[in-house]
Amino acid sequence: MTTNTYDLPDEKGHFGNYGGRFVPETLMHAVLELEKEYNRALADEEFHADLQKLMKDYVGRETPLYLAGNLTEHAGGAKIYLKREDLNHTGAHKINNTVGQALLAVRMGKRKIVAETGAGQHGVATATVCALLNLECVIFMGKEDIRRQQLNVFRMELLGAKVISVDAGSGTLKDAVNEALRYWVTNVRDTHYILGSVMGPHPFPKMVRDFQSVIGKETKQQFFEKEGKLPDALVACIGGGSNSIGLFYPFIEDNSVSIYGVEAAGLGLATDKHAASLSKGKPGVLHGAMMYLLQDEDGQIQEAHSISAGLDYPGIGPEHSYLHDINRITYESVTDDEALEAFQLLSKLEGIIPALESAHAIAYAVKLAAGMSKDERIVVCLSGRGDKDVQTIKDRIGGGME
Amino acid sequence: MMDRIQKALTEKGKKAFVPYIMAGDGGLETLKEKLLFLQECGADAVEIGIPFSDPVADGPTIQEAGIRALSRGTTLRKVLEKVQTFKPEISIPLILMTYLNPLVAYGLEKFSEDAAESGISGCIIPDLPLEEEDFILPALEEHEISLISLVTLTTPVERIKEIGSKATGFIYAVTVTGITGARNDFSEDLAAFLSSIKSVSRVPVLAGFGVSNAEQVREVCKHCDGVIVGSKIIDLFEQGDLAEIKRLVSTSEGVSLT
Repeated sequence: MTTNTYDLPDEKGHFGNYGGRFVPETLMHAVLELEKEYNRALADEEFHADLQKLMKDYVGRETPLYLAGNLTEHAGGAKIYLKREDLNHTGAHKINNTVGQALLAVRMGKRKIVAETGAGQHGVATATVCALLNLECVIFMGKEDIRRQQLNVFRMELLGAKVISVDAGSGTLKDAVNEALRYWVTNVRDTHYILGSVMGPHPFPKMVRDFQSVIGKETKQQFFEKEGKLPDALVACIGGGSNSIGLFYPFIEDNSVSIYGVEAAGLGLATDKHAASLSKGKPGVLHGAMMYLLQDEDGQIQEAHSISAGLDYPGIGPEHSYLHDINRITYESVTDDEALEAFQLLSKLEGIIPALESAHAIAYAVKLAAGMSKDERIVVCLSGRGDKDVQTIKDRIGGGME
Repeated sequence: MMDRIQKALTEKGKKAFVPYIMAGDGGLETLKEKLLFLQECGADAVEIGIPFSDPVADGPTIQEAGIRALSRGTTLRKVLEKVQTFKPEISIPLILMTYLNPLVAYGLEKFSEDAAESGISGCIIPDLPLEEEDFILPALEEHEISLISLVTLTTPVERIKEIGSKATGFIYAVTVTGITGARNDFSEDLAAFLSSIKSVSRVPVLAGFGVSNAEQVREVCKHCDGVIVGSKIIDLFEQGDLAEIKRLVSTSEGVSLT
């Protein structure tokens, strides 16, 4: 493992063999312009000041690092800390990225925004900053996801966004990305695409990682204040991979920290109903980047399945693909049933209702902690709150007044 | 030296017409008759679309044709095998239009070898811009398959020059800022856009995306070396209107060379 100096991606946006800019020529100018503007913004103190001000006063950062005592006791091993991204404004980590990208869009003079959304958290976070900065906002969302995330659709509309239903394919996140890309190709001159995860063409995977890495930077400092050292392990769920890379990135060079990414195993890895791109996929090109993809032997992309709309994507960001290949991160998976159980467990033990996505991380962390000693410590990224999932859970497990 | 596509597009001394069809739409067994028909109509080359699950550069007509083709079990491998069987009967260049991932899954070396074996002269890969060309170019060049470059209304002048200086086969000038499919009208800048590409290109410049009737063919051909028509040809085959296809293909002949 040679991660002592880690400075990827390279200037063409490659993480080893992954990443790159595999987009139609119509988008190349916008993608190159975005990269230039992002680099200029990084060197501009005013941009950092604007971003930090919004992160503190509007988003509500920093978020707490919470020692989940009851969960720790239940697992019976390592101490479990939760990085509370669910306490951000809008209820998930997604807003860390949308604030940054919306500020960039304004710098580029683009007053129109398009975005895709799966669970609706990224859509809500995008609609929110668009309301704040008076930007026009169009959100593409799969038909199936609209069905299972009604509440978030209504929230986006309340915030002034136009939500467009995508019927193609399985009507989930992949199909929403396709339509958002087509919309961007058609409206690229005055529209910025706020991609919601560490995927897509360069510079998106790097830029989204950088905006999300506030999670890991805060965690590192908070953990040090509480424990005086580094954690032994990090755990986060992975769809496209943004909350996880946000937590992991500042620890990549700390080789003593074991890092675990948790994919959605859906009905199980032995079935064809899962979203485990790394465990069951192989490298290919989709949505602008080379990455691990669920695909058949002819290169047709397969439909992913997960009970959680935010993990229901057949690919995993290029940087994760690379970190998998060099064995810096261990990728595991958790089924729908295990996630449901963890969802209820955290609600009952800690009084925290997690997003179904984050419940995957909780489920794995409990297993991991049980096999570790009591003087070891795990940090789990609790990427979002579960209010949006309550209806799904109720339909699945029943309950309420009979 | 002129490559095969360049030669075919210029040797007849007329504006070129290149139709696009989706391989496997209507069943792969119809591919041969469609190609022979288009050849007989006077098409100067044919673009054969390879269906892909996520065609982000395509509008509804080609998306649906792709879904129909995939539902009939069409794969890149089967298309190449099929074309191989009637290769001697086709004298015009065949150009594959395919997204990158089916090629990656096939293996780039193996694909180039098999495509050449089936008589394929060129590839258009809509999700492979200049920056990533090296990914496949060596394999294609080894088998004398041209990689067709796309230039769009958002491509800056300097970049058009760079693409123009390297282009092989022809330059595909994308006439709309958007996805494939019929349009009512074009940008007012179209003539200037096509002329600017012509002025720096060492190969013919063909315009496509949104060209769907005889009037548009004639208008667009005034400013470049020919047209590519996709969605409209797919619709006409779907409706079985072969006479209209024949008329449309012959339209470009009437435009005087500039």
